[in-house]
Amino acid sequence: MAETKKIILDPVVDNNPVMLQVLGICSALAVTTSLLPALLMCIAMTSVAALSGAAISTIRNRIPNNIRIIVQITIIASFVIVVDQLLKAYAFETSKQLSVFVGLIITNCIILGRAEAFASSNGPGLSFLDGIGNGLGYSAVLLVVATLRELFGAGSLFGAEILKLTSNGGWYEANGLMLLPPSAFFIIGLLIWAVRTARPKQVEKPEYQIHEVHRTEVL
Amino acid sequence: MPDDKKPGFNRDSIGNTLVVAIGVSLVCSVLVSAAAIVLRPLQEANQAEFRQRIVLEVAGLYDPDVPVVEQFGNIETRLVDLESGSYVEDVDPQTFDAEAAANDPGLSVNIPKEEDIAKIGRRAVYAPVYVVMDGGEPQQYILPVRGKGLWSTLYGYLSVEPDGKTVAGLRFYEHAETPGLGDQIEKEPWLSQWPGKKLYDEQGDPQIEVVRGSVQSGPGEIHQVDGLSGATLTANGVTYLVRYWTGSHGFGPYLAKISNEANDNG
Repeated sequence: MAETKKIILDPVVDNNPVMLQVLGICSALAVTTSLLPALLMCIAMTSVAALSGAAISTIRNRIPNNIRIIVQITIIASFVIVVDQLLKAYAFETSKQLSVFVGLIITNCIILGRAEAFASSNGPGLSFLDGIGNGLGYSAVLLVVATLRELFGAGSLFGAEILKLTSNGGWYEANGLMLLPPSAFFIIGLLIWAVRTARPKQVEKPEYQIHEVHRTEVL
Repeated sequence: MPDDKKPGFNRDSIGNTLVVAIGVSLVCSVLVSAAAIVLRPLQEANQAEFRQRIVLEVAGLYDPDVPVVEQFGNIETRLVDLESGSYVEDVDPQTFDAEAAANDPGLSVNIPKEEDIAKIGRRAVYAPVYVVMDGGEPQQYILPVRGKGLWSTLYGYLSVEPDGKTVAGLRFYEHAETPGLGDQIEKEPWLSQWPGKKLYDEQGDPQIEVVRGSVQSGPGEIHQVDGLSGATLTANGVTYLVRYWTGSHGFGPYLAKISNEANDNG
């Protein structure tokens, strides 16, 4: 039980795929202008991660090494297409906003990363949970970013008005920058800073260090 | 998998590589095609409802709280023979697929080069129009329009007043123009300039123009709409597609008929 819990919760904070490994940034910038598409993207991404993890893990001992990546991508792509079709059938409006980004889950490094790092050496059950965990880690970041962007960029959450905008006769002047991709960069950057300050263990060692050279060393 | 731990099982053998490659491809393709086939009716229904919603939006009638089908009750779908401008009575507009017809040699015509300012190549001989009725009187005529922008074909609806000469509204429902620049064409502030613009000059030639920068006051003002900064080519695309579809090769003859009828009755 402890291991299950660790597999699911670890990627949310301690080993977050977006914040620690800095993967999956592309879609994190693109779909976080408002909460609803971000939420849908999280669900899509988590289900693809879990299902493809389980599927790849099931046949992991049979996959020949030289076509390993191709097989993994084929499986991932199939699940992504199915999820995309489902969204178009049951969440048409939001899927229009997500446009190409559902399809781009295929190239999301988190999924292939987990397939390579976890699913190809663990059982289907654990791989499924690992997919869920990493999906949740990705989701946590996306939802925080989307909440901030929609709230300060459009004064609303899930499309419902929270801060009354000046354009509607209210007091809040919408921050247009929040709706543009750079703001997602800033927010993710600040989040990484906050998390690494709280958990110094996550801080990477500098690759180079300048140190003062003592006179005797030069000679 | 019973045999994967067996000594002697070589997962890198050519045989196994082929088996895995073919097996995975088969299973995946079945999965994908099954999903596509099972979900297609739902997706098409969504698409149709979405278009009806855009028609309602361009007519200024859309109410998010009422089902689209119900609101569509006041709208008559008719089929127009573009060349003569008269209604086609022997084809059911509900079953007429305008997109398929545009590619069907029997149901479409090549647009002559000098006429093809919207750069669409071919068009169907018939086109659906949506007539918004109120108490037996037509209020607006909604025409499907399309044309090339910068990156993509823009698809939309142009709504015309019963006089056949004045824009009542414009909406685009499908395009792939530059996000943040060209995609302003689907946003309210820019679209709200369109109602009231006059389609034709004294000679009856299409005069609508999306200008560069903002409209200067003058005699042309009534035909002009502000440009989109950073999206000149998209804006030109809009100019040409509106001109094409309101011109003599597009809905021109039909709009002329409407206009005459309105004069006769008024």
